[in-house]
Amino acid sequence: MNEQEQQLLLQIADDELILGWRDSEWTGIAPMLEEDVAFSSIAQNEIGHARALYELVARARGTTADELAFDRTPEEYLCARIVELRLMDWERTIARHVLYEEADAARLERLKASEDAEIAGLAAKIDREEAYHRMHAAMWDERLRGEQRYLSALDELRPLLDERDGHTDELAELWEQMTVVRRSVPGATW
Amino acid sequence: MTPKEQGFLEDVQAGGQVETTDWMPEDYRAKLIKFIEMHGNSELMGVLPEREWILRAPTLQRKLALTAKVQDEVGHSQLIYRVVEDLGKPREQCFDDLISGKSKFHNVFHYPTKTWGDVGVIAWLVDAAAIISQKALLKCSYAPYARIMKKICWEESFHILHGRDVILTMMNGTDEQRELVQEALNRWWGPLMQFHGNPIPREDDPMYVWRIKSQGNEEARQQFLDGYVPQIWELGLTVPDPKLRKRDDEGVWEYTEPDWDELKHVVTGHGPKTADRLDLRRRARENSAWVRSVVLADAA
Amino acid sequence: MIYEVFRQERKGQPFQHAGSIEAPDDHFADVYAREQYGRRGESAALWIVPRAAVLEIDEFVDELDRNYHRVDGYSLKAKLKEARERAGTAAAAPDS
Repeated sequence: MNEQEQQLLLQIADDELILGWRDSEWTGIAPMLEEDVAFSSIAQNEIGHARALYELVARARGTTADELAFDRTPEEYLCARIVELRLMDWERTIARHVLYEEADAARLERLKASEDAEIAGLAAKIDREEAYHRMHAAMWDERLRGEQRYLSALDELRPLLDERDGHTDELAELWEQMTVVRRSVPGATW
Repeated sequence: MTPKEQGFLEDVQAGGQVETTDWMPEDYRAKLIKFIEMHGNSELMGVLPEREWILRAPTLQRKLALTAKVQDEVGHSQLIYRVVEDLGKPREQCFDDLISGKSKFHNVFHYPTKTWGDVGVIAWLVDAAAIISQKALLKCSYAPYARIMKKICWEESFHILHGRDVILTMMNGTDEQRELVQEALNRWWGPLMQFHGNPIPREDDPMYVWRIKSQGNEEARQQFLDGYVPQIWELGLTVPDPKLRKRDDEGVWEYTEPDWDELKHVVTGHGPKTADRLDLRRRARENSAWVRSVVLADAA
Repeated sequence: MIYEVFRQERKGQPFQHAGSIEAPDDHFADVYAREQYGRRGESAALWIVPRAAVLEIDEFVDELDRNYHRVDGYSLKAKLKEARERAGTAAAAPDS
């Protein structure tokens, strides 16, 4: 795996990690109990995808998935600004979900065509899981289409999809929380 | 009690099972709703102390396990509130009563979580205390509730293992990590001892009389001590109760009398985190009210 | 709308009632049932049905005790003993 491939995988992994972290914040407080359970699975899948991608890169670099996920500084993450935002209202959460799934689907298609068999294989697995995410996103998109606040949310977030130059303060805040226990006893096993 | 009610009572005490559409005494239905609703409330409120740590989980594996555990608890509340709704009290009314303080939830969920040590102690010991009560509910006279308890108990089995794994990893780690565990245990021991309720004889407990519960409070607590004190001691941890010991002759655990006033004070809505957590629930519910009205509006 | 969920633990086994979920339509019900009753890979298949579509029958009438189509309607012990004695095979035959 060359450096360019590693960077691409890290970019996707960082997107999935941070989005998964954000989506997991709905666990326990989603609009309906049944939705709470479903959305939590989506968040877990995203973290799972990140982990699998980190593991590929980690092997190439002689490190571990956890070290890649937690032990870089906020500036070193390669995620898009859209996933960093803390969006605790349902209209923007779903808008982000719908927009991200669409962009991610295109990205995964390119990855599935990779010459590296491991990368292509993992991309195919991830894509099969993402099919359910897309189903869930489509379901909500259909339901909320008539709501102005949702349409406004789509307009507000769409431009942020491709913004990767520099990070928001929100990522630094999230990183603080993500790493607080880990940093409290450096090098410890948890 | 009317003869029909007396007949019903004898039937459940002999192991009879009741289904949703069966006739039942008003008192039985009322007690059932109150008991089951409190369980649902507890699962839902139990999510909140753990949620904060989902964000702070120190490894990807722990992050996934903790999110899944909390997800299970939400899932359990869904199962439980469905049972309450089929008994006649709609979910939204349950939430109204929870937020207003009219209905209650278990003491342990009114306390703060301060460190990763708490995460381990809760998953290992609080879940253990809960599972003892839950296993006894497998024999509940109300069949729909007994049936969901099967799924709940099965899912809880991984929670306790996860908790023990977190604790063991810390106990095998550094001095600071071991200190985190001991400190958390010191804070949680009081609420744990109060968890199963004060030791009223089971014949005086209406929940037992109707066979909603199949076990008395003290019986549950003894089971908890029997199962888990040895697990605590074998790790070199101390329990902050100098009187705690097992009387060899009768196999009964002795302990300092728990503070029943504290228990009452906490469950009636005066715990350290009660107001904050109910407020969080209230705000989350208000913010998402529009979603429910859009989604559930045209549904039958 | 309330949907009843039936789950099949493994292929070949019967579908059993597992619980119920609230969902606005079939699409949501699919997603929600899948999660509540399948996120651990614990079900081979699920059937979800709107509660209104389920017809319950819980009263059966058998006033005249129709035991002729049940096993307990056939008490053969005495007749078998008599038949064996007539054929002289009573001592050799095992009790059945």
